Amino acid sequence: MNFSRGFNNMGSPHLPPENTVGKIMLQVLLALLPGIAAMTWFFGAGILIQIALSVLFAVSLEWAMLKLHGKPVRLFLSDYSAVITAILFALCIPPLAPWWISLIGMIAAIVVAKHLYGGLGQNVFNPAMVAYVVVLIAFPLELTRWLPPRGLAEAELLPGLLQSLQTIFSGHLPVNLSWDAITQATPLDLLKDGVEQNRMISEIRRAPVFGNYGGRGWEWIANFYALGGIWLIWRRVISWHIPVAIIASVIILTLPAWLYDPSSNPIPLEHIFSGALVLGAFFIATDPVTGCASRRGKLIFGLGVALLTLTIRLWGGYPDGVAFAVLLMNMFAPLIDRYTRPRAYGKPR
Amino acid sequence: MTAAVIILTLLALIFGLALGYAAIRFRIEGNPVADEIEAILPQTQCAQCGYPGCRPYAEAIAAEEAEINRCPPGGEAGIKQLAELLGKDIIPLDADVGIEKALPEVAIIHEDVCIGCTKCIQACPVDAILGAAKQMHTVIATECTGCELCIPPCPVDCIDMIPTKIDITNWHWGKPIPITTISEIADTRGEEVA
Amino acid sequence: MAQRPTDNIGKYLHNFPGGLKLRHHKALSCCKPLPARYLPLSTEYCIPVSQHLGQPAEVVVSVGQQVKKGQALSTPGKTGNAPGAFVHAPTSGEITAIEKRPVPHPSGLNSLCIVLQPDGKDRWVELEPVDDYRKLDCDELIQRVQAAGIVGLGGAVFPTDIKLQGTSCLINTLILNGVECEPYISCDETLMKQAPGKIIEGALILCHVFKIEKVIIAIEDPMDVCNLELEQSISEFNAGDCVEVIRVPMLYPEGGERQLIQVLSGHEVPAGQLPISLGILVQNVATVAAIRDAVIDGIPLIERLVTVTGAGIREPQNVHARIGTPIADLVDFCGGYTAGIARLVMGGPLMGLGLRNDQLPIIKASNCVLALTHADITSTQPEMPCINCGNCVSVCPAGLLPQTLQTVIRAENFEALESLNLDACIECGCCDYVCPSHIPLVDYFRYGKGEQRAQAKEKQESDIARLRFERREQRLEKQQAERLARHQRRKRALAGSSSKKDSVAAAIARAKARKQVLAANQPDTNSETGKGENS
Repeated sequence: MNFSRGFNNMGSPHLPPENTVGKIMLQVLLALLPGIAAMTWFFGAGILIQIALSVLFAVSLEWAMLKLHGKPVRLFLSDYSAVITAILFALCIPPLAPWWISLIGMIAAIVVAKHLYGGLGQNVFNPAMVAYVVVLIAFPLELTRWLPPRGLAEAELLPGLLQSLQTIFSGHLPVNLSWDAITQATPLDLLKDGVEQNRMISEIRRAPVFGNYGGRGWEWIANFYALGGIWLIWRRVISWHIPVAIIASVIILTLPAWLYDPSSNPIPLEHIFSGALVLGAFFIATDPVTGCASRRGKLIFGLGVALLTLTIRLWGGYPDGVAFAVLLMNMFAPLIDRYTRPRAYGKPR
Repeated sequence: MTAAVIILTLLALIFGLALGYAAIRFRIEGNPVADEIEAILPQTQCAQCGYPGCRPYAEAIAAEEAEINRCPPGGEAGIKQLAELLGKDIIPLDADVGIEKALPEVAIIHEDVCIGCTKCIQACPVDAILGAAKQMHTVIATECTGCELCIPPCPVDCIDMIPTKIDITNWHWGKPIPITTISEIADTRGEEVA
Repeated sequence: MAQRPTDNIGKYLHNFPGGLKLRHHKALSCCKPLPARYLPLSTEYCIPVSQHLGQPAEVVVSVGQQVKKGQALSTPGKTGNAPGAFVHAPTSGEITAIEKRPVPHPSGLNSLCIVLQPDGKDRWVELEPVDDYRKLDCDELIQRVQAAGIVGLGGAVFPTDIKLQGTSCLINTLILNGVECEPYISCDETLMKQAPGKIIEGALILCHVFKIEKVIIAIEDPMDVCNLELEQSISEFNAGDCVEVIRVPMLYPEGGERQLIQVLSGHEVPAGQLPISLGILVQNVATVAAIRDAVIDGIPLIERLVTVTGAGIREPQNVHARIGTPIADLVDFCGGYTAGIARLVMGGPLMGLGLRNDQLPIIKASNCVLALTHADITSTQPEMPCINCGNCVSVCPAGLLPQTLQTVIRAENFEALESLNLDACIECGCCDYVCPSHIPLVDYFRYGKGEQRAQAKEKQESDIARLRFERREQRLEKQQAERLARHQRRKRALAGSSSKKDSVAAAIARAKARKQVLAANQPDTNSETGKGENS
């Protein structure tokens, strides 16, 4: 009756965590789907080709780097972090950008920004944004070739799937098209140029690329990103602090100017629903590795991103500044974390 | 030209005065580097480093007369701390001075053999041995630093070093071993051991 | 008079930062059966002498001695002022050994145990009941509590008499902790249902002796029936005006003393201080019931309610087990193990102690024996790098940064731990449980704490050694100087004296001088070789 049994005694807690890194990243992927669908609807199948290309390059490079580092390949590939980096990058570049843009971007993201800094969890800068900024600075021409969104007359000219493939791989448009005919300035480009030429906002907004409150198409894409983002918050994959801080700061910072002079300052909604702000707020600035961990830190991080984005949009050389803003705030994240340490129980501040 | 000369002279004067004042106002008494080094040294007072105690060794390091790798009781961890403090490279322990013990030790006197010669009492650098002439001696275990200086003088060889025992009162958790593969989880978390 | 932190206690519930909602698995064992059954006598009891924090106790029995049930086996050690507690014989029988045996401790090391072979008669030692507890004063109560060997039964096993000492007149609120926030454990809930009267009476005793104005019994929200049982018992004792039952929402680790105080009062206990500084005394409900038994019936703490549960046990239930019973006997009583058993835990799944085998004895701290299966404990992912997700920060009830602490400890930068407040960590395991990278955070914190303590001790020892070394150097220098001075004096005296008379006088003077020097030196040398030297 009295048989002795031995057990392995490990330290408490004895229940393993239910969550895994892979599960978190997979949910982020799911949350991106509505946005990707909307983007494809408005800008054509080029988006999907860019995503496929980037993912292919990212996973291959990740595999190679893991091999080189002697890390367990299957484990780290199944965390999906490289896939997310690739998709976020692909969503930022023009749908018909040549294939080598993805390759160069992914080398910058996976090899330089991620693995040269020590791999998952060690990188200082958001890899997707490093990639985007590298190609944006190195290949400005290719990166400005945005297409007209569905609903515009020019959009009827857009190439189909096969032609898109051909364009991406050859770098040349089909014979009946020219870049000049189909390239369309983004709403933020127009806004920036218009304001610089001292034109009235209402006049600028008469251009067909503007929609009801943001850019045509862009406003809907932003809505779908926000939908995915809110689902992530509801699933507690990301906390509400960064997205709310970014969007609230943008509103608070641009509202006074708009109220003061609506003819030369765009309505705050214009800032939110054009460009990459919503994508940035929910999916890019919330990257945990390169962000802040404490709640107050996240709020400050979000405020910083909003402030820098607006600064670059209004006074900088680029029409959109989310990528630069996120990278700049990445540098400050450790400092912010240091000064926003929560107060420990029973200790004076 | 003249203005520049005058300004520069004035500036030199002001900074000179400020520096002079700071030198008096913020003067540090004693040898702060030696103090910091001494705080790292284990205070065993074993003299294995070749100096008659930890303080003299600390002063020698501060004066750059001695290397930082001559303290066996401090061991690797001590060398690392010293290297960090002084901005030097981490070097292995000098094999000539001795080896690092795995566990701290204390001396014990076999009291039935002891003849009460007091030689060990004179050798003990921290007065951790009690006793008088022709009386049996004993080591105050809590005060003993494990320097072994009492062993050579003993004429009847009645002093031994014993490692301090790890029991429930001084045991603490070790560094966790990372689990890196799924199969290891099964090995260590799931399987029955005995 | 300034407002006291306890004035509004219990009026509103507050939040503590962090915490986790866990599946609580209590239905497995709770109140099955009610009242809980008593375990039959075992063939041998092994009673560890130091089951509590503090100094090992002094054994007062010898091998071969016949003891009766409830007889004291060891008394708190007299060495030092660290707390200790009595242990008693769980049944009558013969002491067969006093030796070091394995005890439930994370180190797996042996500790002094008293082994008792029961004679099967289960005869009580003569008990000393009290007719009317209202006649007791503070000291008598504390003395009775101490003699009964009562310790905190919530798991911290701090000797209760020490906790009560020096609290008189300072406390105005007693919180009875019935919040069993850890999953699986249900012994307190079972106790509250089967013997609410004992708890209320125990609380009234403490109220009377320590002039406590208000008693709050805190229970967890899902313990619904408890509420009624306790209320009924309160009205039976006519204690409605000072005893109140408060249900707190289910959130782990709300049962922690400091967290519970925060929830009920909104105040934090300042670091390094005890709840007494807020005028609050917190006692586990089982401890209070044990105080009642000790005071009114004179029964020492020789048994406790233990939850035997988990998917690894065939018939999970609560049982009354004597201190010293081998855990295997409890498991047998509950139908044995199921096939999937993989780990045996003393305590709950988040803070419990993993056991190496089931021959270890039940001790006063054993509130639960939990058998977990492979399915419960197998991780789905190996350890990955920290991705700084901040989940650990948001669940930490102590307001720490577990991910930062972990990197600092991994880098063995133990000096930085103090500024990161590692000492505030209560090892609740929340951070560990939510970590998507499956980093054993609590293991790191325990390691860091151990190293921190060891380094502090080393520092203290080396400081003492340095001081003793310096004193010795000074003494030797002084002796050297004196010897030199003496030598020179003698020389001078010899050179100056030609006649015999002079030399005699000189000899006398020398002897005098030596005496003086000796007299001056004597107290010095004494104090320097003395053991009780302070640094």
